[in-house]
Amino acid sequence: MQSLHRHTGTVMNNPGLRDIWVYLSATPLFGLTITLVAYGLAYRFYLKTNSSPLANPVFTSVAMLIAVLLVSGISYNDYFAGGQFVHFLLGPATVALAVPLYQQFSRLRQLWLPVLISLICGVGIAAGSSVLLARLLGGSLEIQMSLAPKSATAPVAMGISEKIGGLPSLTAVLVVITGITGAVLGTKLFEWIGVKDDTAKGIAMGVAAHGIGTARAFQVSNRMGAFSGLAMALSAFATALVVPWMVDWIQALF
Amino acid sequence: MNFLNGITLLLVYQLAGEIIVRLLGVSIPGPVLGMVMLFITMMIRGRAPEPVEHASTALLSHLSLLFVPAGVGMMTHFGRIADEWLPITFALLLSTVITMVATALIMQQTSRWFAKPAPAHGHSDE
Repeated sequence: MQSLHRHTGTVMNNPGLRDIWVYLSATPLFGLTITLVAYGLAYRFYLKTNSSPLANPVFTSVAMLIAVLLVSGISYNDYFAGGQFVHFLLGPATVALAVPLYQQFSRLRQLWLPVLISLICGVGIAAGSSVLLARLLGGSLEIQMSLAPKSATAPVAMGISEKIGGLPSLTAVLVVITGITGAVLGTKLFEWIGVKDDTAKGIAMGVAAHGIGTARAFQVSNRMGAFSGLAMALSAFATALVVPWMVDWIQALF
Repeated sequence: MNFLNGITLLLVYQLAGEIIVRLLGVSIPGPVLGMVMLFITMMIRGRAPEPVEHASTALLSHLSLLFVPAGVGMMTHFGRIADEWLPITFALLLSTVITMVATALIMQQTSRWFAKPAPAHGHSDE
């Protein structure tokens, strides 16, 4: 910073690239633009690899952005001044899940009992296994609570994490990593355990890996994507209802 | 105009959800309540309004982009992740794998038990 100020002083009438950079790196424009550019590049790379789950666009763009910020020395707060505009849309996107839910309702009506059972089991297993595994491996209470809602979509998970004593911003990160893990491993796992039905695969993807898994599911088939979206919407609701209560219960029991 | 109306409606439902959640002190996140209310509205009206459908498709088709800024937040948690890397990594990976496998198997089994012998391609009125 010291050297920057001196530099600014000497080139006052003829602002150099460096000054423009200092100015831009502190405006929301910069954070927003690099987010979209990084995602655009990552998505193009993903298509180039024939949509290989290993080239997950969220993973590549997050890695690129962290590298850019670390190299350029821009803080996360300065970046997020722009990134928040994208992040904010997670809220309306959660509301928007009502639409696929409504469109799939006729199919859901035929399958409501299996979906309900799988959903409740899935949400319970997701929260229970992460809390218990973290505890078993010596994770602090804060980590356990931040992990508990990790399979729900970000705004929901952050809200729950805050209520049960986790760190919302850490939960957001864990949610993203969970989604990437699900999207990368999902199709291979289903192959190994011999689940071929797109309905079951979609439900599992949506329950375990929320929106990032759903984006992957749509690459496999429309049906898998629709059911994944449906499961994500329902599990956002179920997680909000079940997890705070369940976490208390685990605390009391173990 | 369509897109604008759609996104406005989504925001109105989210806002209503946030306000109700705070007024009643319930532990459901505002956007989730907004989603439930929008769903109920569509059930009552018997159709999805076209602008909402447009806006929803637009938002949901780029859903993974919306997670990117939160993911970049990892850089502020490097310290904590390094301190507790073992529980974080293993709990996260294993629990995600377990959840996915268990849910897929449960769904496969239960649909075999409960599903009515449905016609190969029933007409889904979407």
